[in-house]
Amino acid sequence: MAGHSPSIDSKTLWGGGSSPFNVSYGKIMMWFFLVSDAFTFSGLLVSYGFMRHSFAESWPVAERVFTHFPFMHGDHPLLYVALMTFILIMSSVTMVLAVEAGHRMDKKNVIKWMAWTIVGGLIFVGSQAWEWYHFIHGTELGAYQLADGTIVQWVDAAKESFYLPGKELVMVSGTEAATMLKGGVEVYGANLTVNEYGLPLFGDFFFFITGFHGTHVFSGVVLNFIIFVNVLKGTYEKRGHYEMVEKVGLYWHFVDLVWVFVFTFFYLV
Amino acid sequence: MDFDRTAEYVQHHSEAEGKAQRKTIWVIFWVLLGITGVEVTLGLVWQDLGLAWPFVKWTFIILTLIKAYYIVAYYMHLKHEYKNFIYMVALPYIVLAVYLIVMMLTEAIYVHDTHGLL
Repeated sequence: MAGHSPSIDSKTLWGGGSSPFNVSYGKIMMWFFLVSDAFTFSGLLVSYGFMRHSFAESWPVAERVFTHFPFMHGDHPLLYVALMTFILIMSSVTMVLAVEAGHRMDKKNVIKWMAWTIVGGLIFVGSQAWEWYHFIHGTELGAYQLADGTIVQWVDAAKESFYLPGKELVMVSGTEAATMLKGGVEVYGANLTVNEYGLPLFGDFFFFITGFHGTHVFSGVVLNFIIFVNVLKGTYEKRGHYEMVEKVGLYWHFVDLVWVFVFTFFYLV
Repeated sequence: MDFDRTAEYVQHHSEAEGKAQRKTIWVIFWVLLGITGVEVTLGLVWQDLGLAWPFVKWTFIILTLIKAYYIVAYYMHLKHEYKNFIYMVALPYIVLAVYLIVMMLTEAIYVHDTHGLL
């Protein structure tokens, strides 16, 4: 891409009067912010990993939690979140195309690609709302919380036999099941204290991490919109460069980058 | 605004350079989409194929890191910045993140192994 060579001697580079990185103040500060934000997300994801490893046997299997797809019945694990990932990657592409158009002072194409980026961001936030709704609402069948607090999943609508939590499906039925079911309570859906899919911690991390990411996407859409209005008004045309588009672009790609990790550690692994 | 020196560092390019860049952008898009496709497919079929979970898990993690590299290097343009800028952004993050992961997961496994013992 833009080919400025890094071969200037260090006396000229660090001698003052110009940026030693050949990057403007605003862009450097955006990068610093992103590094700090990356640490925040790392903290959240690593604490998720911590809890998951310390409750390895009873941690819910994401494949059995996120199985819904709009207008389709039955189990479709991973499909919906794959679609969300596709939407976010797509909006990353439109963003980088807007940045590229800005380098050519091509106002018309900056407008076009920024608009598509905003649309992609809104679809993503909407998809996340849908996913939250289903997670909070839960399944028709619900689950059962045994007297000791363990969440077990029903085998069928008869609600007489159930699966114990864990990666391997261990079924309990008959009189053994009847004895274990005494003194428990049925649970439906998930919130910060109860979670029909398993450990409440799983729900807490789900709300916190995807919520924090969703907040980032939402603020990204707002920032993109502000810059979009400025592009329409011709602010950057007058200024002679579209670096603001580049800066919000960095933020937007970062949001996509975080989702790549959330996708892997929440839904795949 | 005299104090705003952004214009000195702004990048512009010609239509021809732009064409080459757009090609790169779309190539990276297909790479990212392809990797995501492989991840989702693997997530759906690994049990049917009889693959071992640790192998699948590490495949996911490595593919994720490759995706992250392409986004940061090409879409965020970091690969084409000055070397000292790349080091300044990437090294503190990588060093501390790896340290955090190793430290916390070691502790987590210890906590797991001592549940009910302490």
